[in-house]
Amino acid sequence: MLFIQQMINGLQIGSIYAVIALGYTMVYGIIKLINFAHGEVMMMGAYFAFLAATAGMPIWAVFLISMVGSAVMGMVIERVAYKPLREAPRISALITAIGMSLFLQNLALVVFKADPKVMPRIIPSNPIMIGSLQISNITIITFIISVVFMILLTLFISKTKPGKAMRAVSEDKEAATLMGINANSTITLTFAIGSALASLGGILYALAYTQVAPTMGVLPGLKAFVAAVLGGIGIIPGAMIGGFILGFVETLAKAYISGRWADAIVFGILILVLSVKPTGILGKNVREKV
Amino acid sequence: MKKKFLKVAVATMLIASMFTFAACGGSDNGDGGNGDAETIKIGAFGPLSGEVAAYGTAMTDSAKLAVEEINAAGGIDGKQIELFVYDTKADKAEAVNIYNRLRDQDEVVAIIGGTISGETLAVKELAIADNMPMLTPTATSADVTIGAPSIFRACFLDPYQGSAAAAFSVETLGAETVAVLYNSDDAYSEGIAEAYKAAVEAEGLEVVYYDAYTSEVRDFNTYLTQIQSAAPDIIFLPDYYNRIGLIATQMKDLGMEQIAVGVDGWDSVEIDYAEQVEGFFFVNHFAKDDPDPIVQNFIAAFQDAFDREPNALGALGYDAAYILAEAIKNAGSTDAQAIIDALADIEYTGVTGPIRFDDEGDAANKNIAIIKIVDGKHVLEEKISAK
Repeated sequence: MLFIQQMINGLQIGSIYAVIALGYTMVYGIIKLINFAHGEVMMMGAYFAFLAATAGMPIWAVFLISMVGSAVMGMVIERVAYKPLREAPRISALITAIGMSLFLQNLALVVFKADPKVMPRIIPSNPIMIGSLQISNITIITFIISVVFMILLTLFISKTKPGKAMRAVSEDKEAATLMGINANSTITLTFAIGSALASLGGILYALAYTQVAPTMGVLPGLKAFVAAVLGGIGIIPGAMIGGFILGFVETLAKAYISGRWADAIVFGILILVLSVKPTGILGKNVREKV
Repeated sequence: MKKKFLKVAVATMLIASMFTFAACGGSDNGDGGNGDAETIKIGAFGPLSGEVAAYGTAMTDSAKLAVEEINAAGGIDGKQIELFVYDTKADKAEAVNIYNRLRDQDEVVAIIGGTISGETLAVKELAIADNMPMLTPTATSADVTIGAPSIFRACFLDPYQGSAAAAFSVETLGAETVAVLYNSDDAYSEGIAEAYKAAVEAEGLEVVYYDAYTSEVRDFNTYLTQIQSAAPDIIFLPDYYNRIGLIATQMKDLGMEQIAVGVDGWDSVEIDYAEQVEGFFFVNHFAKDDPDPIVQNFIAAFQDAFDREPNALGALGYDAAYILAEAIKNAGSTDAQAIIDALADIEYTGVTGPIRFDDEGDAANKNIAIIKIVDGKHVLEEKISAK
């Protein structure tokens, strides 16, 4: 029973990691860039939600404002920091991403100050009993919201025209352009969706753990990156699987080994995956061209 | 291609470092003013922003208040006190920079600080080497004064408050089983957890759960679920108020009904989390509802000056400023060794009770108050007086 309760805890944090990892993996899939500023977009999303919630907006507006705000921010980041470097060596784009991450963190520090803000409880806390299991309603809501958005994203990518364009660009940008796909606007759209998902993760994180702070994106951002690598970076279902696995591993490590080891184990997984199967769980080994 | 990459890399690093430094350089020199030779210069530092900003602001604001009162009453032998206040952001490296600045640029004769143990320990070796008279109002870690002849402390120590919390858990709350959850990244939290565990075990209690988290943890559900299944009578949480707010919120979300017991780091938790910590207890340096006139006068003066309620760190900062002023007066000079000798001999009764220093420089036999949070207010539950 205790084990099941812990798995539910893992499901909550895992679904947040999965949502953030989706954005990571989409951006990587389309321009092969590890967007280290992704965790900071998540943090900014949480602040947008905080501002909307303290202004007394209804819950749907809080989600909408935060996600739209972050989508716009994601597009601006892409335009300003990544687009000019698209033809440059990949390491340059990586360095820019780290710079962007530091910039956003310090921007939040200047604008919102370093003290953590308390997120208003837009969803009242109300533990629910299922048999002898006692589950927080926030856990259930977090899980449902994240799963709904994952399904929406999967449908969008497989069924719609812009979704197909995304897949085409990620497969081969030049060929897609020759086929009449506007690669630039497709990349912009990817950033917008990825950033909106990051902010969704940020809102869920702030709702569950009640605080918003400029450094809050660092660790979830890194863990979402690990989740994306674990599932196979660039692969959408991989990010989800990786996110959930990471949530479970972290929770079980905290519960049955020791809290002090949880993060070490999570990052140990990254090292293990990179050395055993660098392409991740769902990744295919690419054949060398002769 | 290579050249372009280098350019980009260098530019990125420059921009990144610019922001880092910009973020660090924001110390404001509160009461700086023009340094004329007729003033006695004293430094003070603490976290004025960041996770535990309420501590540094309370401590330094109260020190400012005390200095204003002393100056208004004629200063020290006719000389006004000039107080230099800096923000450490609870950062150890920043604390060292500030210490150097206070010594070299501001040329202070003594320092009130630091506010939290980490930053105080960071400057400890420097203060010893310089023989700088330093009086920390609020750093509770035992290490702060060990082997440091120039460092004094106005508050009680971690082992002392850990065993006081343990005695309270056993005697007043009648607990038979306890869970302890602490922060392994923080010497303060870990030290008290150890002292508490040893003290309750000596009383024959069972510690049914004992584990730690790290500073980055925001999700405490896993720990709390384990604690819930261990079903202890009480939960002991030695940490600072922001994290206690998080833990208490998640306890309520999980429907946990245990009472939590805490330490002086809990002070201010009721500002943002009154509902979640209702009915919980913590050990503190003074109680706001203590009828003693010295306590009520301080609270009234603080409220007058800053339009908010003071906390225990404020009370200690206020006491520390008075003690230091009296020591400088007794020393009759601003010579470092004379101030240190005068501090060692001081007898002073302040907001937090009677204070004198033992051989190690620690306040001996401090008053200790057990606070219960009722309707978001501090209520004195029990007072253990100095002998």
